[in-house]
Amino acid sequence: MNLECKHVWEQISGYLDKQLDAEMLAAVERHLESCEVCSAVLDSTRNILVLTADDRTYELPVGFSRRLHERLTAVIGGEGGG
Amino acid sequence: MKPAVATNEAALIARVLRGEKEVFHELIRPYERMVYVTIFAILKNETEAEDGAQETMISAYRNLKSFRGEAKFSTWLVTIAMNEARKRLRKAKTAAEDSLDEPKDDGEGDYAPAVLTDWREIPLAALERRELKEKLRDAVSMLPEKYREVFVLRDIEELNQEETAAALGMNVTLVKVRLHRARMMLQKMLVPYLKSEAPARGGFFRRWFQ
Repeated sequence: MNLECKHVWEQISGYLDKQLDAEMLAAVERHLESCEVCSAVLDSTRNILVLTADDRTYELPVGFSRRLHERLTAVIGGEGGG
Repeated sequence: MKPAVATNEAALIARVLRGEKEVFHELIRPYERMVYVTIFAILKNETEAEDGAQETMISAYRNLKSFRGEAKFSTWLVTIAMNEARKRLRKAKTAAEDSLDEPKDDGEGDYAPAVLTDWREIPLAALERRELKEKLRDAVSMLPEKYREVFVLRDIEELNQEETAAALGMNVTLVKVRLHRARMMLQKMLVPYLKSEAPARGGFFRRWFQ
């Protein structure tokens, strides 16, 4: 199976999630070996996901937990039998 | 999350339902971040996200007896959080707000990622840059809502496909299609900020490299 670039782009998510079947995986990898453009698309997408999963990209505000539990205490306490 | 917390979850829920109301604090502690970040990533407003996270937990407390234990507790909670985020988004939305045109269909049709021929991986230093994180948060908030929801649950919260499908009330195929679209849109939006300054170091990408 020989893939064009645009067909490889359609497989990038499946590739990153390791969901391609063996035949497609082999075809994508063969294409990536010789195509800098698609390798770049893959790397940039992967890097975005690395950044996304980084706990420091989304952070809790200072005092969040304390305020949450204070409010819960007020609600739970105020609702008698629960 | 501590494994012990997950293991004891069913027991904690049972105790809350039997009237040990204070135990609810312990039950939700592992999920505070998940609930807040889910809502924040959808709304990109700290105040709204904090209030929404509190409302989510209160709602979970009040509806705990309707939790059946068929879904994971975390999935149940994130579903409530997502609904809270949607509600607030509706409220905040003005006609001019959606900054990207919605693609015409959900098929895996034509789209092109941003292409860079001189691409090299981002160096660790670039990933550490605060501006890049801000750009990413901006870009996520600019995704059309249906793509944003899937991206938030799959790639920010790292729920699996089945959990994401359950939380959003859709099938796994649609989750895959929308996730792919979302990722490609983000790639396109973020490539200008991802240009490398130096060759990458190996061994950093714990999740995406074997």
